[in-house]
Amino acid sequence: MSELFPSWKELNLAAIISQPGNSVEYKTGDWKTHYPVVDHEKCIKCGTCWSFCPEYAFEVDQEGRFVANRDYCKGCGICAEECPKKCITMVEEEAE
Amino acid sequence: MNGKVLLTSAEAISYAVKLVKPEVISAYPITPQTHIVEKIAHFVETGELDAEFIRVEAEISALAVVIGAVAQGIRAFTATSSHGLLYMHELIHWSAGGRLPIVMAVANRAVGAPWNLWCDHQDMMSQRDTGWMQIFASNAQEAHDFIFLAYKVAEKVFIPCMVGIDGFILSHTAEPLYLVDSGVAEAFLPPLDFPLRLSNQNPFTLWPILEPPLYHRQRQDLFTDMEKSLKEWEKAFEHWEELTGRRYLPVEGYMLEDAHTALVCTGALSETAKVAVKQLRKKGEKVGLITLKLFRPMPKEHLLETAIHIERFIVLDRATSFGAEGILAQELRSAISGSRPVHSYIVSMGGKEVFPENIQEAYFKCIKYPEGATLWS
Repeated sequence: MSELFPSWKELNLAAIISQPGNSVEYKTGDWKTHYPVVDHEKCIKCGTCWSFCPEYAFEVDQEGRFVANRDYCKGCGICAEECPKKCITMVEEEAE
Repeated sequence: MNGKVLLTSAEAISYAVKLVKPEVISAYPITPQTHIVEKIAHFVETGELDAEFIRVEAEISALAVVIGAVAQGIRAFTATSSHGLLYMHELIHWSAGGRLPIVMAVANRAVGAPWNLWCDHQDMMSQRDTGWMQIFASNAQEAHDFIFLAYKVAEKVFIPCMVGIDGFILSHTAEPLYLVDSGVAEAFLPPLDFPLRLSNQNPFTLWPILEPPLYHRQRQDLFTDMEKSLKEWEKAFEHWEELTGRRYLPVEGYMLEDAHTALVCTGALSETAKVAVKQLRKKGEKVGLITLKLFRPMPKEHLLETAIHIERFIVLDRATSFGAEGILAQELRSAISGSRPVHSYIVSMGGKEVFPENIQEAYFKCIKYPEGATLWS
């Protein structure tokens, strides 16, 4: 159990979540097995990966490049499948 | 009111609810519960009870309304019976897991099929494992008093409670009883004080998803808190005796002192069984009676203490676990843990009349047979 979480003895009665909106603190992508790596040499910045991603995990950096946010990417690989230039490779997640 | 009044158990509950002063009442009519909430609706209509009476299209909605109210820290009430109770089943689990101190009266009635309106305990006992506390009244006075006691304990331990009254036998039969004084009611039940009250200024998430290990612990919490609630019942009974002079116990013993055999039952059957015990005593049979008032939490220690010298139990059941035996018989067998014979006798399903003579018959039949076979009246 991660230290991020309270122990069961610290939970509210009936496990009520008393702090509203705290779901933003929860990184939902920590269980993925693969993550996408974009080959920016081949990428034409069409945004297909961005629009197909079911988790809205693709972000655009300052240079206009599409990069997956690994905190939220669940590793489904739809981006790699849909990429018209086949420039996305799914790479196995390393153990932390 | 100082003198006795003549009321049905259903009305006795309505008068208790009026004194408990819930701010929200929601219910759907079902025989034989209907006139509990009918009377309460009358109190609301005439302004005798300042509450919101929310009319709904079904029992599941009634419980949903009550859940919403109690989550806001508001005292609420509902009542149902039989199929209405079964229709609530999913939310009965949710409200117990959500630790909402709801009190619900249940006029115990048989479950279809075949269609039947009369009394047995199959409806409430089939909700045994939902995490609600359950108490069965044996007369109108208990029906009245147990409402206060149920609120008291539920609000102390944050576990909902059902108060069972036998359909028709209690719900529709008028008996003399003392009504609780409003001063006593206020002294006994202080305003509801919640650690968290759901509101738009103070939002929180009720019923979140929990990972398996935490869910497991939450269930353990409910289990241990339910066990601990027994102490709160004892305290509440004592406090109630101080205020009203009426003494209740989780398990009631009758003529047990020199008894070899104990009849065991719940609900109004207790009153009939007492007559049967007296008759059997006249015939020289060493028999007494154990009445379980509290069904959940199961008062095992009280039961063992009350029945320490009893050599044989004959359980008069109004509920059946098909393929096993009477539900109360199973409960008793589990509590005494196989040390003494327990006879399972299904005394009445769906309101089949029980006279003291029928209970005598149960006694003489059971002592002839070895333990194990479930007998039907």
